[in-house]
Amino acid sequence: MSGGVEIPVRVVDVEQATQTVKRFRLAALSGEPLPSFSAGAHVVVTMDDNGRRMRNPYSLIDRADDGSTYRIGVLRTPNSRGGSKFMHERVNAGDQLVVTMPVNLFPIVRTGRKHLLVAGGIGITPIYAMANELRRRSASYEIHYAMRNEASGAFIDELRAAHGDRLKLYRDDMQEFVSVSQILPNQPLGTHLYVCGPEGMIDAILKGGRDAGWADENLHSERFLAPAGGEPFSVVLQRAGITAEVRSDQSLLEAIEEAGVDAPFLCRGGACGQCETAVVSCDGKLVHNDHFLTEEEHASGKKIMTCVSRLKGRELVLDL
Amino acid sequence: MSAIKSRPIYPGLKVDERAKRHLVAAEGEGALAVLEAFADAPDAWSRMTLLYTPGGSAPANHSETLQGRAPDAFHLHPTRQTLMTRLNALLDTATMGTRLYAAGVEGHIGEVVAAGLAHGVDHLSIRTEHRGSLARRVQCVHCKGFIDDVTISPVPCAHCGVPLFVRDHYSRRLAAFQGVSINAETPDEVPASEELYK
Amino acid sequence: MTIQFKTETFRDDFTFSNSPEAIHRFPFPFDKDEYMYAVNIEQHMPGPVKSAFEFPIDIDEHYVSEMKDRALVLKQDPLRCQSLPHMITAEWDLLELLMESMAKNYPEHFTLTRDGDSWHWVNGPLGIDQKFTFGDTSTLPYPPMEYITRQCQGDFNLIDQRNDNLWMDAGIVTTQADWSLDFDIGMNFMEWHAPVPLAHDIGVFDRALKFLLNLQQGRPVRRLNWTMTINPRLDTSPENYHKWGVDRTTVTPENVGNKVHLRVELQALWRLPRSNAIVFSIRAYLIKMEELVTIPKWGRRFHRVLRDLKPELADYKGLTRYRQMTVDYLSKFDDGAPTSPGFFPD
Repeated sequence: MSGGVEIPVRVVDVEQATQTVKRFRLAALSGEPLPSFSAGAHVVVTMDDNGRRMRNPYSLIDRADDGSTYRIGVLRTPNSRGGSKFMHERVNAGDQLVVTMPVNLFPIVRTGRKHLLVAGGIGITPIYAMANELRRRSASYEIHYAMRNEASGAFIDELRAAHGDRLKLYRDDMQEFVSVSQILPNQPLGTHLYVCGPEGMIDAILKGGRDAGWADENLHSERFLAPAGGEPFSVVLQRAGITAEVRSDQSLLEAIEEAGVDAPFLCRGGACGQCETAVVSCDGKLVHNDHFLTEEEHASGKKIMTCVSRLKGRELVLDL
Repeated sequence: MSAIKSRPIYPGLKVDERAKRHLVAAEGEGALAVLEAFADAPDAWSRMTLLYTPGGSAPANHSETLQGRAPDAFHLHPTRQTLMTRLNALLDTATMGTRLYAAGVEGHIGEVVAAGLAHGVDHLSIRTEHRGSLARRVQCVHCKGFIDDVTISPVPCAHCGVPLFVRDHYSRRLAAFQGVSINAETPDEVPASEELYK
Repeated sequence: MTIQFKTETFRDDFTFSNSPEAIHRFPFPFDKDEYMYAVNIEQHMPGPVKSAFEFPIDIDEHYVSEMKDRALVLKQDPLRCQSLPHMITAEWDLLELLMESMAKNYPEHFTLTRDGDSWHWVNGPLGIDQKFTFGDTSTLPYPPMEYITRQCQGDFNLIDQRNDNLWMDAGIVTTQADWSLDFDIGMNFMEWHAPVPLAHDIGVFDRALKFLLNLQQGRPVRRLNWTMTINPRLDTSPENYHKWGVDRTTVTPENVGNKVHLRVELQALWRLPRSNAIVFSIRAYLIKMEELVTIPKWGRRFHRVLRDLKPELADYKGLTRYRQMTVDYLSKFDDGAPTSPGFFPD
């Protein structure tokens, strides 16, 4: 419950969009309409694999006009701790899952005068929702969508139908790449850029933006980190008086939850800061993977974001 | 850090070398801030559009010195109002990669920032430096009239006549401090004005 | 439960008063015998039956008269209701939140019928029957925020979230404790709280901002704030301060119990779904000292709070001129007996 209000849902439909991407359509178990959401929002999906609980954030693609369903897109990642693998191999139409209320850490800047949406691969999911909202508002926007090849572009047909010429595709196999020197000059004052995709692409686009003289306030990105696995270690929850093992295929937060402690979280991707926890002591080296804490906070060793960070060592003592 | 939390901080002009165009609006002594900030960036002058008004507070007119540095375009204006008209026209057609700079008295900075905001420029990306008089621009909260170059408090509202206490509360949108009746609870007394913001 | 709406005024002859039931449900803001700022934010969960916290949006016996007073304020000064252009989606979100909540919790007074985007709203107490298209501003007599907040008690602000800050970019403010929407609109969280003394230094606003940036849909929060007002005047705006400020000089030992009011703000915050904006509602409740002391615990406690209040806070809240007279009055109702913990009457 520390992630907020949860909604039990049923999988209505599973669609193999490409070899590696599946789209899931989810409806509330209660039959009630699902809450409206703002473009860029995600939900955290709880999966139950025979008692082992996993929680992953997925951006919302869209909501049916009557509110009956949400859609999410899931890329199967090879080094997954199991979440995307579980979604791909085990979840079928008719199955039940639990999602949180939508949370938006990647909102459209409503004061913007024009919006450049840049997506790479599965990063298209929040961009898809943003483009829809901008179209509804008759706002000025462009979509730049990069993919390995046309077959891996999970959303090309839908996007083309909705956005026509505003959609530009970049296919690696045809040596097409999003080039900041092409798309950034001559954009009117008040333009905002949003990028979601692989880490390297995000870094390149943001650097390109700054090199083109864009202010930081106009450059936005969303990096969801799938919590990486790692070496196992023990965690001591001092206030609860519990010691637990963090397995190699588990995040620190998941291990805390498995131990029965209701720890705070929101994004589970190292972005929002909600799961910030005080470190009492540690025998080993903290491996910080989040984008929330400052470098000094990382270096201080006093705080950890339990959703994506962990310990390389023996034992971590937390104020929980 | 300003003690007044709503009062902007003017960290000083810092040249953004990556900007494709430097759009600089200087008033009075603000010219000196421009000369100092861009002294170490000789290449930047060729990408600069410079608007200047000597302003009421300037003892000297710096336009010849500024022009001597050969900015790409130089616009000399007789008043702040005419400078703002030109600035708004330039912002209408400006593109991303343009960095906006404002230097001079607080009222001037405030108006330039407000013009930037109205054109979709985030205020945090505008480079600002305060030079010259500490006079405040004040809005009367009662009649909404603006009073420029206020150096005393209380100050009689130039529009409705209510004697105003100048609150330490600043609106970026209005580019003004808030003026509130000083004697509403003692209508028969008006405290003597003191010079506070020269 | 049908509410009996009173006919009363908040200006000129000031006929406002609380019924015994309204006194009993008054959201008294002190759970201890002393007061200092704190991030006293809690979940906005349903509270005890008949309390001001029973429902997310509280409608009470003053509803009809308060809405009349709001209409008067807006007629004199249209700048009390403003919205920057990018807030229109948030305005519709607010309209949905208020209509849904009022219709659900007060079905004998308000009904909402939705058929896709075709909505039908009936407000019994104000005699309004409106069919409109959700999302189409031209089907309502006012823009959506103004339309619905002319029919809902409390001031409302709509707050945009961008670049890791909160921006007050729309609102309707006619029952405020001396702050100006027209001046503050467009400010960020730190800026609009700038005039508040002491709290910045102890980090109250830093913590509150961090908390609110992660405010979640479906999990509204609330806090209580308070000040004091002479006469039951809702519109204590800076705009009109040169007209009402003089009221503070009219308190005498004879009239203090009737003139001096504790003014409590029930502030609530909701994350809005379509816009990702936050609604910040500020609902003002007034109670005169004579009414307050009918609850013995509150008479004792408020005497102690007011007596020991830090001078900076008394100044900021504008109490200095009549504080001592009020403390003297309340002292007659404080026998020194201990008070029980918590807000509610014994």
